[in-house]
Amino acid sequence: MIQPLHACLILSSLLFCIGLAGVLARHNTILMLIGVELMLNAANVNFIAFWRYGAWAGQSAGVMFAIFSIAVAAAEIAVGLALVILIFRHVRTTSIDRVDGMKG
Amino acid sequence: MSISFIIISMIILLGAAAAVSFSNLIHCALSLAVAMVGLAMLYLHLGAEFVGFTQVLVYVGAVSIVVLFAILLTRPAPFSPGVHVPWHGRVTGILVAGLVAGMLVGAVLGTPLTSHVGQRVITVKQIGMELMTTYAAPLEIVGLLLTAALMGAVILAAPENGEKKP
Amino acid sequence: MISKTWETLLVVKLLWIIPAIPMLAAGVLALTPRGYRRMAASLAIGSMVLAFLFSCLAFYATMIPLPYSEAWRQSYNVPWFDIGHETVRVGWVLDPLSALMLAMVTFVGTCIFVFSTGYMAEDENFTRFFGFLTLFAGAMLGLIISNSLLLLFICWELVGLASYLLIGFWFHKPSAAAAAKKAFMTTRIGDLGLLIGMVWLYSETGTLLFYDGGFGCLETKALIGLVTPAISGGTLAVTGIALLIFCGAIGKSGQFPLHVWLPDAMEGPTPVSALIHAATMVAAGVFLVGRMLPLMGADMILFSGSSPTLYIVAMVGSFTALFAALIAVAQTDIKRILAYSTVSQLGYMMMAIGVGGYPAAIFHLLTHAFFKALLFLGSGSVIHGCHHEQDIRRMGGIAGSMKITFATYAVGMMALSGVPFFFSGFWSKEAILHAALTWTPSMLPFIFGLCGAFLTAFYMTRMMGYVFFGNYRGDSCHAPHESPATMTVPLVILAVFAVLLGFAGTSFWPWCQSYLTAQRVRFGWEEFLHAWPLTGGSIAMVAAGIGLGWKLYISRPVGGADAPDILETMHPKIYNCLKNKFFVDEFYAATWVRWCGAFASVSDWMERFVWGGMMRGAAFFTACLALLNSETDERVVNGSFDGGCKVLKASSGKLSLFQNGKAQRYLCVIGAAFALLLLALEMGVKL
Repeated sequence: MIQPLHACLILSSLLFCIGLAGVLARHNTILMLIGVELMLNAANVNFIAFWRYGAWAGQSAGVMFAIFSIAVAAAEIAVGLALVILIFRHVRTTSIDRVDGMKG
Repeated sequence: MSISFIIISMIILLGAAAAVSFSNLIHCALSLAVAMVGLAMLYLHLGAEFVGFTQVLVYVGAVSIVVLFAILLTRPAPFSPGVHVPWHGRVTGILVAGLVAGMLVGAVLGTPLTSHVGQRVITVKQIGMELMTTYAAPLEIVGLLLTAALMGAVILAAPENGEKKP
Repeated sequence: MISKTWETLLVVKLLWIIPAIPMLAAGVLALTPRGYRRMAASLAIGSMVLAFLFSCLAFYATMIPLPYSEAWRQSYNVPWFDIGHETVRVGWVLDPLSALMLAMVTFVGTCIFVFSTGYMAEDENFTRFFGFLTLFAGAMLGLIISNSLLLLFICWELVGLASYLLIGFWFHKPSAAAAAKKAFMTTRIGDLGLLIGMVWLYSETGTLLFYDGGFGCLETKALIGLVTPAISGGTLAVTGIALLIFCGAIGKSGQFPLHVWLPDAMEGPTPVSALIHAATMVAAGVFLVGRMLPLMGADMILFSGSSPTLYIVAMVGSFTALFAALIAVAQTDIKRILAYSTVSQLGYMMMAIGVGGYPAAIFHLLTHAFFKALLFLGSGSVIHGCHHEQDIRRMGGIAGSMKITFATYAVGMMALSGVPFFFSGFWSKEAILHAALTWTPSMLPFIFGLCGAFLTAFYMTRMMGYVFFGNYRGDSCHAPHESPATMTVPLVILAVFAVLLGFAGTSFWPWCQSYLTAQRVRFGWEEFLHAWPLTGGSIAMVAAGIGLGWKLYISRPVGGADAPDILETMHPKIYNCLKNKFFVDEFYAATWVRWCGAFASVSDWMERFVWGGMMRGAAFFTACLALLNSETDERVVNGSFDGGCKVLKASSGKLSLFQNGKAQRYLCVIGAAFALLLLALEMGVKL
C-alpha cells in the first residue's frame, strides 16, 4: 500500500510534468503560461503535502509557503499576460515561434 | 490513500491534461479552472482549509478569468497566417516531459519517507497571527511585489500614446 | 410523545437526492453538444419526472405521522466545514411546507418542460435551454428543502443566476440582455438585505440552521434569546433581522418598490416566464417569509400581540396587490399583463402572511402556481399560434381556430379572477380575504384586496376580449393555428389541476390549511356559512369586474388594431398614467440611476486630478532619477565597455549558432538535462 505522502508527491510530479509538457509542446504563449501555472501549483501541492504528512513540530511553514506562493503566482500571471498582450500587439500573434528576438 | 483522494487526483490530472491539450483556447482556460478547483478540493481534503479557499479565490476566481480575458484580447486577426506546429517539436516536448515524470516518480518511490497521519489543524486565526508576527516581513514584501506587478502589468498592456485602438 | 417512523427518517436523510437529480442532469446537459436535442429533452424531462416521484414519496412520508404525533417536522443536519472553532452545518428539512412545495415545483416543472419541447423546437440552442432549466429546477428544489439559511441563500442566488441566464436566453436581442441585467441588479438590492440579515442573525444566535432539535434559529430557545434583550430595553435586533430578510423576499417576489424587474423579465422565452417568473422562483420570496415566520412574528410579544414586521409585510403586500392590478389594466402586451397580474397575486400572498393567514398564503401560492403557469403556457401557445405576436391589439377572434388553448385559457382566467365554487383561485383568494377581514390592526389590506379582486376580474376579461373575441386583427395572410400536442397536453393537465386543487382547501373542508399547521382536518359547513357575507361581497366584486369587462370589450368587439382602448377614450389621463406603470421606471432613472452616475463622475474627477496628480508627481521624481542614471551610464560605463564589446561580439557570433532564439528549444534542453541529473542522482544513491 502506497503511503499518503508518496501519493501526494507522485500527484505533484505528474502535475508538474503535465505543465512541463504544455510549456514544451505548445506554441501558444498563453498555453505556455497555463503550463507554468500548473508547475507552480505542483510545488504548492508539495508544500501542503509535507505540512500535512511530514514530521510535525507545531509549525505552519508549509501553509505559509503555499499562501505566499499563490500570491507570487498571481503577480506572475498578471505580468505574464500583460507581456503576452504586448507581444500580440507587436507581432499580431500569440505563437511563440514568432518571438525569436533572442536569436543571435 | 482513500477513494476521495483518487477521485480528486483524477479531477486535477485530467483537468490539467485537458488544459494543455485542447486546441480551443477557451476550453483550455475552462479546464484550467477545473484543475484549480480540484487542487482546492485536495487542499481541503488535506486539512488546509484556508489555502483551499485562497486557491478558489485566486486561481478559479481571478487567474482563470484573467487568462480568459487575455485569450479574448488576443484573438488572431482573420488574415494572420495560421500557426503550423512541426510535429517533431511536440513529440520532443512530450518525450522530455515524460522522461522527467518517470525520473521524478522513480525518485519519489525510491526515497524512504514516513507519513505522519495524525490530526493536523491550522485555524484561520492561527494563520492570521502568524502572518502578523513571524511572517510580517514576507507579507509586506509580497504586498509590495503585488503592487509593483500590477502597476507593471498595466503599464505593459496599456496602449501606447498615439497608437490606434484595434 | 415523539414517534419517528423509519420511513420518515430514511426519507429525510435521503432528501438531498431530489435536488441532486436535476443538478446532475444540468451538469450532463452543460457538456452535451448542440446536436443531441432529443437526448437533452428526454434527460431533462426524465430527471424532472424522477424528482417528482421522489417528491411524492417525501409527501407521502409527511402524511404518515400526521396529525397524530409531533414528528411532523423532520430535519437532518450534516457538518459542512470548519472555520476556526466554528463548524458550519447544513441540512435539509421535511415538513408540510417543503413537501407541498416539492410536489408543486416538480409537477409544474414537468408540465412546463414538456411544453418547452414544443415551444422551443426551432431554437438552435435547445440543449443549452434545457441545461439552464434543469439548473434552475435543481436550485429551486434545494432552496425548498434547505434547513440552513446559508444553504438557502446559496440556492437563492443560484435560482437568481438561472433566472438571469434564461431571461437573457435570446441575448442577441438588446432588450432581452437589458432585461436580464435589470432583473439581476434589482434582485441583488434585495439580496444584499438578505445577506446582511443572515450575518446579523448568525452573530445574534450563532446558528443558521432553522431546526436543530431545539437549537435552531427558528426554535423557541433562539427566539427567546433574540427577544430578551429587547424586552430589557436593548436593541430591536429581531425586528431588524426580520425586515432585512424581508428585503430579500421583496426583491425576489417583485414587491413594490422592487417590482420593476418582473415585467421586463418577460423578454425571456415563455416557458421560462411560466416556470420561473410566475410559478416557482418568484414564489420563493413568499416561501422564505413563510419559512421564517417564527422569526418574522417573534417581535409580536414585544408589541402586545401585533408584530411591526408582519404589519409592514401586510402593508407592502396589499399595496403591491392593488398597485400592480391597476397597472395591468392598461397594458397591451399579453405577457406583461400576466406579469403584473403575478406581481399583484404575490402581493396577495405577502398580505396573507402579514395578516396571519400563513396557510392561506401557501395555499394561494400553490393554486396560483398552477393557474398562472397555465395562463403563461396558454399565452405561449397563443404567441406561437399567432407567429410570435405578443401585442393583444393584433390578435383577436382566435377562439375558433385554437379551441383547446381557448378552453384551457378560459379555465385559467376564471381561476385567477376567482369565479366562485369550481375554480381553485376562488377558494384561496377567499381564504386570504377572510384572514384580512379578521385582522384587527388595520382594514386597509382587506379593502385593497377587495379592490384588487375587482380589477383582476376586469383586466382578465379585457384580455380575453382582446385575444379570443372579435375579429382577427393581425397579419391576414398568416391565419393563427392550434399548437402541437406537446403544448396542448400540459395545458389540459394544468387546467384540470387549476380546477381540482381548489377542493383541497375549501372553507368547509380546509385540508391544505390543516395539513400545513399539522392539525386534524375537520369537515363542516359552519365556517362556510359563517363567512357568507364576505363570500357574497367578493363574488359581487368579481361579477362586477367580469361584467364591466364584458360590456366594454366583448359585447362590443374591439375596433381595429390601432384603435385607442375604450378606457383611453373615456379617461385619457388616468389611462396614460397606468399605461406608463405610474412612471416608476422613469422615477428610478431620474433618481437612483442619475445619482449613481453623478457619484461615478465625482470618482472619475478624483481619479483624474487628485490621485492622478500624486502619480504625476511621483513619475516626475522618477524621471529625474532616471535622467541622472542614464547620463552616468552614457559617459562613464559605456565608454570603457564599447572597446571590450567589439572583441566579445566577434567571438560570440560563432557561439550564437547554438542559440536559435526559440525559447522552447532551450527549455527542452533544460528539461532533458534535469532528467539526466535525476537519473545520475538515483544511480548514485543506489550505488
